[in-house]
Amino acid sequence: MSGPSTYEPKTGFTRWLDKRLPIARLGWDSFVDFPTPRNLNYWWTFGGILAVCLMIQILTGIVLAMHYVPHIDYSCASVERIDRDVNFGWLLRNSHANGASMFFLAVYLHMLRGLYYGSYKAPRELLWILGVVIYLLMMAAAFLGYVLPWGQMSFWGAMVITNLFGALPVVGTPVTEWLWGGFSVGNATLNRFFSLHYLIPFLIAGVVGLHIWALHVPGNNNPTGLTVKTGADTLPFHPYYTVKDGFAIVVFLIIFAFFVFYWPDALGHADNYVEADALVTPAHIVPEWYLLPFYAILRAVPDKLGGVILMFGAIGVLFILPWLDTSRVRSMRYRPMGRWFFLFFVIACLGLGWVGAELPDNKVPVLGVLGLDFLWMGRILTLYYFGYFLVVLPLLGLVEKPAERPASIERSVLGKDTFGAAAPVAALAE
Amino acid sequence: MKIIQRLLVAAVGVLALAVPTAWAAGEYYKPNKHVWSWEGPFGTYDRGELQRGFLVYQQVCSACHGMEQLHLRNLGEQGGPFYLAEYPNANDNPIVRAIAAEYIVEDGPDEFGDMFERPGRPSDRFPYPYANQAQGRAANGGAYPPDFSVIVKARKQGPEYIRSLLLGYDYEPPDDLEVRPGNYYNPYFPGGLLAMAPQLQDDLIEYPDGAPATREQMAHDVVTFLAWASEPHMEARKRMGLMVMIYLLALAGLLYAAYRQVWSNVKH
Ligand code: HEC
Ligand code: HEM
Repeated sequence: MSGPSTYEPKTGFTRWLDKRLPIARLGWDSFVDFPTPRNLNYWWTFGGILAVCLMIQILTGIVLAMHYVPHIDYSCASVERIDRDVNFGWLLRNSHANGASMFFLAVYLHMLRGLYYGSYKAPRELLWILGVVIYLLMMAAAFLGYVLPWGQMSFWGAMVITNLFGALPVVGTPVTEWLWGGFSVGNATLNRFFSLHYLIPFLIAGVVGLHIWALHVPGNNNPTGLTVKTGADTLPFHPYYTVKDGFAIVVFLIIFAFFVFYWPDALGHADNYVEADALVTPAHIVPEWYLLPFYAILRAVPDKLGGVILMFGAIGVLFILPWLDTSRVRSMRYRPMGRWFFLFFVIACLGLGWVGAELPDNKVPVLGVLGLDFLWMGRILTLYYFGYFLVVLPLLGLVEKPAERPASIERSVLGKDTFGAAAPVAALAE
Repeated sequence: MKIIQRLLVAAVGVLALAVPTAWAAGEYYKPNKHVWSWEGPFGTYDRGELQRGFLVYQQVCSACHGMEQLHLRNLGEQGGPFYLAEYPNANDNPIVRAIAAEYIVEDGPDEFGDMFERPGRPSDRFPYPYANQAQGRAANGGAYPPDFSVIVKARKQGPEYIRSLLLGYDYEPPDDLEVRPGNYYNPYFPGGLLAMAPQLQDDLIEYPDGAPATREQMAHDVVTFLAWASEPHMEARKRMGLMVMIYLLALAGLLYAAYRQVWSNVKH
């Protein structure tokens, strides 16, 4: 951990323990005394929120698994039984299904925070990469979980996604059949998906451990992007950030509870309450909202293999991002051009989500008069998505003239009135 | 093998994603707006509507539509149409017992290995109109009447859609649409042609509470009943939601005060 440990065992037992397994020391250094930049804003609360989300998914999931039956003939009925006859089963299922959405909402804000404040840059490259691994695992968990209730969208979503692997040259068919455990999506598929759906969250928990370890070596980034220089730049994690994170978590839970108790099916799809039927293709197969941007990228390419490569590339590019961005400056606060490109990047991601939910041939509202359909809108936005990482960030760092930055975190805080410019020393001596 | 082939073709079709939705006739109507008793954060099912809606289901729809996931006892459970506070255990509820007793269900095997028939009990499932899907199809000109257990949740804008569908038979089909015998034109149904004949006419049934059994009233009541059947715990959900919200808002207030207090001595 950064800096020497300040933990002092006070009782006989903690002294005994500290010599054998210094776990109390680890906890103290990581979550009590941990030096944290004093200027973190609310975008930094999503890490704690995500930890809560993971715990909610695991706890509700374990209880759901006690009642769920992974069999194509009984799965739908067992899920209904959970909703109707299991004590508070409706609460468990609403929490788990909406919890997945809330989890993704939080992770997207968490990632955008990292992109805006340059948290992926040295010395936090591994921290960022571990985050991308978690994100990949989350997508896998959510996709597998969505298959379990064995509704129409479950089945056809599984069909579309597993078929993507069929696009691979030579190994395509064997790989797809291996994933299915047969010659089509069927009972064997559902069983293995359940097994993996149960496994992955624990893998996530493990990677989260590494993620926090990799955080606690360099310490938090902060809104200025400046490196912590002195103790005056930081505050102990407890009580300053425990209370701030705690407040943010409860506000987040209010939004969560709103969906669970007052709008439980808003984020789902009506078709998934229809039992899977291999002979009836739904008119419009769409994934859950959090996967829509990737669905749009997949469909932007006329060639199936090309689409698959592009879709995985959209996540792959995040792995090499730390080496794509050439700017010396971390925070977009001090990147007058970068922040505009970033804003358009956020718009492009939202736009891709919209495209993913629409039929490609439909005309875009308003812009449709120009002949723009969703297929082409998806293509333009996909181009910008990749352009942002592969062209803008590498080149911009070389040409952009960063705005003047405060001398330190401490000064940026104390000299708030003279924000941006270095505050005159006299003004600091208050 | 044929099925697999069809599946693959279908899936590839989906991937090619040229699938414009196949509404044959092109035109179909958005469901009409309607006001329900159970809307909003405090809305509850109206008992009268639920009880009348059950009657419509029992006397009309249940001839063709089953409710696989429901048991008769559900009718007397908290939030259900015939819940009575004196009978927290719905199996003892006399109204539900009487309703159940009207059905004859198959049970068994007995000690001789024979199946036998007996009057229904609250713990039985709702009797299903067909032995299997094929029978249901055969009885309805090839179209299977969907199960009603979650029908309201299984359609977009479920309550409005089903109500509009039930009342939506009075339109002239467009000229280019051929309505074959056994099909009925209903512009609220995707494609415009469905295999269900109009079901509701004024005074089709008699309501014991004297409410006028107009088509509109029956449609309203049966949709309320189906909404309950799809989500029997809605009232419990909203009730708990209120408590959770109050608790979380109070906790948020306290934490915010604590936050202001803790941070009051540092600049940030
Ligand atoms: C004589 C048999 C019969 C009766 C009685 C009947 N239905 Fe149907 N119903 C059908 C059939 C057959 C279909 C399937 C139509 C199709 O897919 O073309 C159907 C379909 C439906 C649908 C689904 C439409 C969709 O979007 O797929 C609803 C909702 C419905 N019926 C409501 C009712 C209600 C409410 C009642 C009672 C008032 C009722 N039905 C009574 C035969 C019946
Ligand atoms: C990373 C965390 C997790 C995510 C993102 C996630 C996501 C999902 C999703 C989207 C569904 C479908 C819900 C629906 O439409 O009804 C689901 C279902 C399910 N999940 Fe999870 N899940 C997670 C963790 C877990 C864990 C840890 C378990 C068990 C140990 C679990 C067990 C189940 C079960 C049994 C179902 C089927 C029941 C149902 O459909 O509600 N999940 N999950």
